[in-house]
Amino acid sequence: MTELLWIVPALPFLGAIILIILGTKLSRIAASFVGAGSVGLSALLVILIGLNYAPAAGPFRQVLWQWIDVAGLSPAFGFHLDSLSLVFIFVITFVGFLIHVYSTEFMAEDEGFARFFAYLNLFVASMLILVLADNLVLMYLGWEGVGLCSYLLIGFWYEEKKNGDAARKAFIVTRVGDTAMAIGLFMLFDIFGTLIINDILEQAPQLWSVGSQTAMVVALLLLGGAVGKSAQLPLQTWLPDAMAGPSPVSALIHAATMVTAGVYLIARMHVIFELSPTAQLCVGIIGALTLLIAGFSALTQFDLKRVLAYSTISQIGYMFLALGVGAWSAAIFHFMIHAFFKALLFLGAGAVIMVLHHEHDMFKMGGLRNKLPVIYWTFLIGSASLAALPFITAGFYSKDSILWLSFAGEKGNIWFFLAGLTGAFVTSIYTFRMVFVTFFGEAKTAVGHHTGARITIPLVILAVLSLVGGFIELPHTLGHLELFSDFLKPVLPAVAVDPSATTGMEWTIQGITMVLSLVGIFIAYHYYVRKPEQASQLKSSLAGLHRFWFMGWGFDNLYDSVLVKPYVFLATVNKNDIVDKFYSLIVYTTELLHRIFARSQGGILRWYIMSMVIGAILILTLGLLL
Amino acid sequence: MILPVLIIMLMAGGIVAWIGARINTNVSRWISLIALLANFIITFLLWMEQEYLMDLSNSAWLAKYNLPWIPGFGISFNLALDGLSLLMLLLTFLLGMFAVLTSWKEIQYRVGFFHFNLLWVLAGITGVFLTMDLFLFYFFWEVMLIPMYFLIAIWGHENRRYAAYKFFIFTQASGLLMFLAILGLYYIHGNLTGTFTFDYFQLIGTKFSAEAERWLMLGFLAAFIVKLPVVPFHSWLPDAHSEAPTAGSVILAGLLLKTGAYGLLRFIVPLFPGAAHEIAPWAMSLGVFGILYGALLAFSQTDLKRLVAYTSVSHMGFIMLGVFAFNEWATQGVVMQMITHGISTGALFILAGSIYERIHTRDIGQMGGFWKKMPFMGTIGLVFAMASLGLPGLGNFIAEFLTLIGSWKATHKLTILAAVGLVAGTIYSLRIMQRVFYGTQENTHQLSDLSFREKLILVPLVLIIVWLGLYPQPILDTVRPSLDPIQANHSTTVVPDNLYVDIMKGDTYE
Amino acid sequence: MDQVPTEAGLILAGVLFTLGLISVLIRRNIIFMLISVEIMLNAAGLAFVVAGAKWSQADGQVMFIFILTMAAAEVSVGLALILQIYHQLKTLDSDAANKMKG
Repeated sequence: MTELLWIVPALPFLGAIILIILGTKLSRIAASFVGAGSVGLSALLVILIGLNYAPAAGPFRQVLWQWIDVAGLSPAFGFHLDSLSLVFIFVITFVGFLIHVYSTEFMAEDEGFARFFAYLNLFVASMLILVLADNLVLMYLGWEGVGLCSYLLIGFWYEEKKNGDAARKAFIVTRVGDTAMAIGLFMLFDIFGTLIINDILEQAPQLWSVGSQTAMVVALLLLGGAVGKSAQLPLQTWLPDAMAGPSPVSALIHAATMVTAGVYLIARMHVIFELSPTAQLCVGIIGALTLLIAGFSALTQFDLKRVLAYSTISQIGYMFLALGVGAWSAAIFHFMIHAFFKALLFLGAGAVIMVLHHEHDMFKMGGLRNKLPVIYWTFLIGSASLAALPFITAGFYSKDSILWLSFAGEKGNIWFFLAGLTGAFVTSIYTFRMVFVTFFGEAKTAVGHHTGARITIPLVILAVLSLVGGFIELPHTLGHLELFSDFLKPVLPAVAVDPSATTGMEWTIQGITMVLSLVGIFIAYHYYVRKPEQASQLKSSLAGLHRFWFMGWGFDNLYDSVLVKPYVFLATVNKNDIVDKFYSLIVYTTELLHRIFARSQGGILRWYIMSMVIGAILILTLGLLL
Repeated sequence: MILPVLIIMLMAGGIVAWIGARINTNVSRWISLIALLANFIITFLLWMEQEYLMDLSNSAWLAKYNLPWIPGFGISFNLALDGLSLLMLLLTFLLGMFAVLTSWKEIQYRVGFFHFNLLWVLAGITGVFLTMDLFLFYFFWEVMLIPMYFLIAIWGHENRRYAAYKFFIFTQASGLLMFLAILGLYYIHGNLTGTFTFDYFQLIGTKFSAEAERWLMLGFLAAFIVKLPVVPFHSWLPDAHSEAPTAGSVILAGLLLKTGAYGLLRFIVPLFPGAAHEIAPWAMSLGVFGILYGALLAFSQTDLKRLVAYTSVSHMGFIMLGVFAFNEWATQGVVMQMITHGISTGALFILAGSIYERIHTRDIGQMGGFWKKMPFMGTIGLVFAMASLGLPGLGNFIAEFLTLIGSWKATHKLTILAAVGLVAGTIYSLRIMQRVFYGTQENTHQLSDLSFREKLILVPLVLIIVWLGLYPQPILDTVRPSLDPIQANHSTTVVPDNLYVDIMKGDTYE
Repeated sequence: MDQVPTEAGLILAGVLFTLGLISVLIRRNIIFMLISVEIMLNAAGLAFVVAGAKWSQADGQVMFIFILTMAAAEVSVGLALILQIYHQLKTLDSDAANKMKG
């Protein structure tokens, strides 16, 4: 069964090709079948492969063809399947399939229907290549491929300039990170003479001792790539703008899969990060800072999708925090659960926006609880999972393990834990602020047509997963089940817990987390349902801070004035190429000399005679004098 | 015996096409197309037989041809073909055919003379890629110059005279420096060995004094870096590219620039190994400067063809960086860059030409929203914009990646700066997409999507660039044997800026 | 017979040459300019003759005959040009003939 692995990315790729070539000639139904069908088949295949996969048997490698072979640099089109990539391809194809199904209804009226599915399929194919690649060059291909699809999909409604600009911003900002990563690849190749991931991971501990400076530089460069793709500090600014794309795109790319590519990269190259504690600490710090900054920004947004965008940045910050303390499987676990509930939230938000005629401002929504019951309940479940509502939601289990390990893990410390805790508190406030404002209160916008089965079924499936998905990994205190981390153990080592941490401490921490989560919900309830006027009072009394958070802590302005404006200025100033001026100067000088000498040839005979005489006298004088 | 046929076919084809235009202009178009197609097929067959031909000659050379021309001065009509020149010829004939096709509607004035010039430029380029006699090399170098002058000066846009002069003076002046260096090489070699010859194979390995080697190398370098072009000798290029007719721009960007790169690989590196090493840090710095400078200028242009022209300046910087890194990765990257840049930039110029035919302007301020009316063109534009920013999966990525892998071994700081060029490349490439295809269409041009003829040109180009991106190995294998003489006497340059030295003291890495 | 002193002859030649030069410079009428050139030529010739007499050599007179011949040729070409100029420009002013300038 595993031999069919290559078909998994091939199917969506083929779908994309068909949709691009035939394009508008296909009927919408045919395009839906090609688009969603190819991903569906892939998902089915992944499940079959997964059922046949035994982690103990070791990784499976499949080489399709030799890509490049130059003097030892020989990356192939080769796939590498182990439990880590299996988790990723499962999430990508399965969640991807649900989102495709959803899109067939969501985009039904759009004239770029086939184009949309072509991009979406191309994205799924690239993402699968990214996580399956057995060498870093191929991974880079997938990496850039998803970047391209992200660009195309954010700018899908290209006629509006705003969307095109957002798309361009996303591409350029992530490309900054990609370039750091590319430099990391050059360095890795220079050092190891290979870019095959497994070879590097095997050789690295022999070559480097823990704390090696070279390992640190390599790790930081890879981190640069990860930070760009995963929208972490300092390259997080593109993600909120990326919400210009259609909602299914936000769900698939900017929440569930692509933005977690950075998490995948770090988890995949974890050996190198373990060899450089400094770099790993950087990962943790970036995660902690990002989750706080994005969380506070999410508190102030009014665009439903932007709240979710900041929340995504913040949740990926949690994953980075987990990676930073070496809680590899906890990060991947949170990735999976996050993919479920965040896809659900985005799809739900998309449905709300659709039925309200493209109204994004949630303060103009309200009162949708009774009108859209399915969406309401599924959205509520997703939000509960995001806010880590104790015991029943999957998000609780995944976030809890990150918080616990950021405190008790060997590399954890109190600051990471406090950041995570504050983040969790803020998360539950902004999540339920969003729920209360959108679904409670009185209706402000009339509901248009209702949603059909192709929208509701994916929502329900994702809602179920957001609830039960957590039960495959339970903490010590609550049942102690480690299915997920056992599954990942062959690839990702278990985290070493500080021996002084006791079960009692774990109970305490869980208790604090639960209380904070509930208090957060209560605060949101208080300010947005019971006393909405207090919320606006608070807002006006803290107007400066509110504005600062709303603008995403001013990063956009900063980059605009430090990078964008000088670049544009340089370009505008030098539009006509200063170098060309130099050559023009030569031309000008030649012409000037020509004109001066031509002047002496005035055509007046007596001048000529006069100058001859003067010349003769001068020569004679000189002759006499010397 | 087959090699002179390639050149004669083009020259004769040019004359027949000129005369044929008296009957009907399409006669001259078809004759040009057939001559180029025949050449393409011949070269393609040679490629297929590469292994066999190499066994036959027991060297990297697939075919040789030698006929004494002026024996008294040691000048002969000496042609030879190896993997590198073979690929360049394939590119020449391929782009030549597309140049003829793209001019089918565009050129209506003095059609016969146009095709005569077109074929003679291509004949000159073919000669440059084939000849192994330096005198003959200079001869062909000039042969490609003069018809190109006419192509720009007669069929160009508004400012064509100025551009044509500029092009001519720049290349002619630098060519003369090369001619001086050729003569110097001839006399030095003659005085040393007693045989006065222009034969490349005999001149290789001449032992110079360091001083003489440096000056001769600079003479050659002048011609090649003006042609390539390297900043600050690039200023003829934007004018020539933007004023030339579409076919002219395609040949300029796709082929003429490559003769500079070819010259660096074929002449500078093997003939003057010592001096080339000496100049390497400077040359690489200029290359990197060119990458960034070209990218910045490309971003600021408002004339679509000028924009694409500056992207060429930027991309040619990678060639400079790669050639002077002196290792296999970088050299292979350079060859890939020559091919893929020829294709991607050629295609961008063809697209610019197609847009010009529809709206009669090159000003991107007047474009926008073309995707809606012309989705096919938009898709193809997207592919080549992505190629130009080096997206993996397309050929240009392989070129840039290999070049940078190789140059990293030579110099870290410059490679990092060159990699910054990738970001700058993204900025200008997306500008093309943004300004031409995205947004809304504000003026009411009647736009029709690509015609069959245009698809016939662009679809194969897309297929080739994708093929080169996903399976470049045939190209890399073809070039491989010709790299040995280029790399003999060379080891990777090491510019003394090793990052590891600075920041990785006491590390196990060496 | 007493010889005229060489100095006197050379001074006369010098005076004549200077007169000719000055009138070439200040005259605008082309015919007068031509005449002045003739005076300068003859002054040079006189200097030759005087020098020849001083050293009792025939070369001085030979040179004068050369100058004479050359002057004749020059006058014929010059007059032809003057005729053409008058024909074209309807004036003998040399400043009017300034068409040939760079």
